[in-house]
Parts: sequence; structure tokens; C-alpha cells
Amino acid sequence: MPDNTILLDHGSGGIASQELISKIFLKHLDNPVLRTLEDSAVIERQDGRLAFTTDSYVVDPIFFPGGDIGKLAVHGTINDLAMRGAKPLCLSLGIILEEGMNIDDLEKIVISIGQASKESGVPIVTGDTKVVPKGKGDKIFINTSGIGVVPDHISISSKNGQPGDAVILSGSMGDHGITIMTRRAGISMDGNLRSDTMSLHKMVSCLLAEFPEAVHTLRDPTRGGVATSLNEIAASSKLSIIIEEERLPIHPEVRAACEILGLEALFLANEGKCLAIVDGKKADDILKLMRTTAEGQQAVIIGRLVDGKPGRVLINTPVGGSRVVAPLHGEPLPRIC
Amino acid sequence: MKHLDEYRDKALVKPLVAELARSVSKPVRLMEVCGTHTMAIFRNGVRSILPEGMEIVSGPGCPVCVTSASHMDAFIAMAEMAGVRVTIFGDLFRVPGSNGSLAQASSRGAKIDIVYSPMDALDIARNNPEDMVVFLGVGFETTTPAIGATILVAQREHIDNFCVFSTHKVIPGPLELLMQDPDLKINALLCPGHVSAIIGAGAYQPFVDKFGLSCVVAGFEPADLLNGLILLARQVSENNPRVENLYPRVVSWEGNGRAISMVDEIFEPVDMEWRGLGVLPLSGLAIKEKYAHFDAQKRLDITIPESGEAKGCLCGQILKGITIPPQCPLFDKRCTPANPIGPCMVSSEGTCAAYHKYGRDD
Repeated sequence: MPDNTILLDHGSGGIASQELISKIFLKHLDNPVLRTLEDSAVIERQDGRLAFTTDSYVVDPIFFPGGDIGKLAVHGTINDLAMRGAKPLCLSLGIILEEGMNIDDLEKIVISIGQASKESGVPIVTGDTKVVPKGKGDKIFINTSGIGVVPDHISISSKNGQPGDAVILSGSMGDHGITIMTRRAGISMDGNLRSDTMSLHKMVSCLLAEFPEAVHTLRDPTRGGVATSLNEIAASSKLSIIIEEERLPIHPEVRAACEILGLEALFLANEGKCLAIVDGKKADDILKLMRTTAEGQQAVIIGRLVDGKPGRVLINTPVGGSRVVAPLHGEPLPRIC
Repeated sequence: MKHLDEYRDKALVKPLVAELARSVSKPVRLMEVCGTHTMAIFRNGVRSILPEGMEIVSGPGCPVCVTSASHMDAFIAMAEMAGVRVTIFGDLFRVPGSNGSLAQASSRGAKIDIVYSPMDALDIARNNPEDMVVFLGVGFETTTPAIGATILVAQREHIDNFCVFSTHKVIPGPLELLMQDPDLKINALLCPGHVSAIIGAGAYQPFVDKFGLSCVVAGFEPADLLNGLILLARQVSENNPRVENLYPRVVSWEGNGRAISMVDEIFEPVDMEWRGLGVLPLSGLAIKEKYAHFDAQKRLDITIPESGEAKGCLCGQILKGITIPPQCPLFDKRCTPANPIGPCMVSSEGTCAAYHKYGRDD
């Protein structure tokens, strides 16, 4: 086997493992806490409540326009912390490699993790790598967990939506989902499609600094898309949500791909967007502020929360009709004709 | 997409809604016979703005929905044969047979790839010479020509490990049979845009002549749909049934001669079982003896089992437009998109899925 592939030895805990750690992981992720290579990272005492989250990443393909599995693993977990109003402190990184994986590909992914972590200002402080025999995995699986701090005066929850609240979407829908789907075997489609993967905690912290009370709920509409997140918010807040189809931001390329594949952007995954449920009276000011941030330039108010059947999401269509938006069931599959 | 936006323009669409309300002076009960129409009507909220006196029922227009449990069982058994790799359109993945679905077969290790085009299935065959790659041919006139073309390419390029399991179906004959059902009281047909692109608007003339049905061929954008409904309402009001083609940017009177002759070259009419409707004479297409090398049923010696429909499932009645999904005792109770019992719930274009996904419950 050529020496640029992952061997079972790399997960043995012996010399090969140590080499992999020093030549790839420490090289690109180095920081004082990780460098100690102790069994666990010790984090200084913090003011405020701790937020703790975990997520696993198994995306196929591992490289795609706009990002890769590593970037996704950093952004996704940071965003989960940010959606509770937490300031992300640090991440763990667990990697499962399949025997035979190309080490250059692994290094590319680790470089990407390092960059994303650096740009986000959230260090990887502890990690683990295992190798499974060929055929027992799919190149690389990543788990990241994250710890963040929620300031005492902040309370962000899906339960906090109020009648009259506005629904702000921070940018276009479906970019990540359609990019991944059109790169999978059997559905080859070219075009200017890019994943939107990015971290949102800086935008969130900017919003919360200015409007600590008026922001009630934050959700990142990842798998299941905006439709599924809105359903969850409506159910948790025991309210109805009405959105306006014409206001939904969708890139023309994404819309075209959706038309061809028979999919709806409302149900496609996003990896760099958030839904903010905010006090209706402050909505315009919050929108304005959001648009000054790099992450929220394309933000729009797409709808509102109203008293009504708990958990129901309705969409007003351009013909003046309306319909229910149900949550996603299972993976969206391209249709027949 | 600019072209699409024109047909969705609110300024264009709003007056059509008002015109539709004005056009209905006699009761219109129309059937649409295309899964894409079913979904487009729901997705655009057209049902919520229908004027009084107009009713829409959905017919057997979703090819996945009319795929019988027997065929699904044969597909699943074939997918589990050693050395076979099955390629399918996505909708088929979760369709239940009498005992499980392709999704469940996949979880047991069957090789199943979802493709967007049969040509992608051919690529899979090229890249996996050790497997017999079978494309599951499910679809109406819209889909058959592309699959025929793929067979011709496979023949030309001598791709030996590719074949098709044909359960293709045709629309006009079965639709005529359906119109003879005394329980089905309709006076208008919203004719399928995509199917008509192949068979031509002229194919609906017999429905005018034999059944006095008003027929309009329409596209799928809001303006197309509303215009279609307006013309049907006017025909009914004026008691002047005829075939009108509102989709001339895609559909001609004669249809696509080249596609029709290619289908005739490769396929021949056979009796075919439809889910809920039973075996309908000459309603399906089998691969001709001349192309037997690409016929999965012959290459792999497949027999189609006689499987029954799920107990209590009213898909058959729903496909005929006689029952609507909320009237089915299983609908949204035991039968949901996550756990579909009948095919109308699993296909994204199925009537039950549309009612579940978009239906207003108030």
C-alpha cells in the first residue's frame, strides 16, 4: 500500500498514531491547550451558563464547492452554540477514518478545520482519531462537540416566540443542500452552485449586543431546511407561522436546479443561515443591523408569528392562495418527471 | 429562469384569479391527470382560491403511484439478486411492495442507486462492469422515450451489463376506461402538459367525442394553471366541449413524432397491472423481442409475483378520483410519508402526499 494512505496502524495509539497527530493534526490545529496532548482539556472558569452541543458529519462527497466536511464540522457546531445565544469557547474533534483513505485528502480537511477554527476564533482543544477497516466506514466521519457561554441576561429558545414576532431569514435558502445533492453519483449537474457553510456566532453576538431582549428565537435551518425549522419553532412556541412565498430568498441557480429535480428550496439544508424570531416592533431595526454584518447581508423578513393552531406553518402564494408547509419526512428524493 | 418568473408574475396572476371567478357559471368538476399538476395546484395554493362551483379531482397521473405491489415485489426481489445493481428514479425508493420497500432492501445490502436520468444509469453500468445494472422503467409517455434512447445508446456502444425492467404505461387508453366508471362524475379534463408533449393535444379528441368532456392542455406555472381552469370553466359554461391547447410552447397537436417512432421501435403494447386499477388491456409497454438483450425480465428470468394491495388502503379509489385522501381511514393515521402504506403517500407527486403536505385542515 502506498505510504500516503491511512493504515490501521494510524489508529493503533502507537508510533504511527503519534506521527499522524504531530504531522497533521498539531501542525494545523496547534494551540496551547491542544499542544499539551493530555487526556482532557481543562477550561478556565467562566461567567454565565455553559452551553454544550455535539454533532456528527458524514457528508458525501467530502469536498464540494464552497467547502468540505472539515469546515462543515467546525461551522455546524459553532452555529448550534450560537443559536442558543452562547459565545462559543472551544471545540473537540473526533475523527473516524477508513483504512485506505488518502492522507493528502485528510491533511486538506485538517487544514480546512484549522482555518475555519482560526477564522471563527474558536480553538480545537481536544481530539481523537480512530481507524476502521476498509469498507467499515466511508473515508472520513467527524464529530465535533462544543462548549459556549451564555451571558446571564440572554434567553434564546424555540419556545420564546410571541404572537406578532417577525421571522427573519439571514440569507438565501437551499444552497448547501442542492450543492451536495447535485454532486452525488447519478445526478451530475454543473452550474454555479456553492455550499453556504459559514459560522454565524459573530452576527449573533452583534445582534444580541444591541437587542438582548428583542431576539426571542434563533435556529439554523440545516437538515430539513427552513420549512422544518419553522415547524419546530411553531410547535415549541405553540403558535402558527405565516410566511410569504414571494419574499423567500433563493438564488436563481438553486431555483433552476430545484425545478429540474422536483425539489423545494424550503426543504433543503443550509449551513450558514439562521432564522431569527424577533419582536415585531424591533424587526426593521434588527434586520437593518443584520444586513450590516457579512453573514446577514441578504437577510429578509419572510413572515410572522400569529395566534392560531399551534405548530402550523402556512405560506401565502403569489396567486393569493395559501397552503400548509409540513416538515420534511426523510431525505428529499428527486422525482421521476 | 426569467421565462419561469414571467409565468409566476403576481401582476399577471392576480387578474386571472378574478377572471376565473367570473368564468364559472355552471358547476365544473374537473380531473387533472398529471402528478406534476397535482403538486403545482397544491403548491400554488390554487385549491384555496377555487371559486364556488369548481372542484378538482386528481386522477391516476403519478406513475410511481400506479406501480403495482406485484411489480414492487419483483423489483425488490431482483435488487437482492447477487451481481445485480438497480438504478431508479428517487420517488421509487420508499414505495412499499407487499413486504417492504427498496429502501429496506438497500439497508439489507442490495445495491440501489438513485439517478436523475437513465443515461446516468448507463454511466453506472460503464463504471461497474462486474454488475448487471438494471434500470427500473417506471413512467408514462414522458419518460419512455428517454429510456428507449438509453437502450439504443447501450446497443450502439455494446454495453452488455445494462438492461431495463419495463413497467412503462400509457395514458389515453386507461383514461378512457376510467371515464366509463359511473361513479366518476366529471365534465372536464385538465390534460397533462408533459405527456401531451409526446402524444400531442389531438390525443384528447376522443374524450370530447365519446364523453363530451371539456379538455385543456396546460402547463404547470400559476398563470398556466389559472388559464387552464378559466378555459375549462368557459367551455362548460358555453356547453361547447373541445380540445384547447394552452401549452403550445411545449405541446403540438400531433405530438413528438420522433419520440413516438422511437418508442414504437423498441416497445410494444402489453396488458399491464396498475395499482388499484387492476390489469388494464394494452396499457403497458414491454421491450420487443428484437431488443430482448436489454429486457431485464428476460435476461434475469424474472417472474412477477401476484401480490395483493395493502389492506384498508384506498389508493385505488383515490387514483380514480372517486375518493379523496381524507376519506381514507389510513390517511394521516397509519399512512404517513414517513411510514407510507399506499403509493399515493410515498411519491412526491402522489395525491395523498400532496394532501398531507399542503392540505389545509381548517
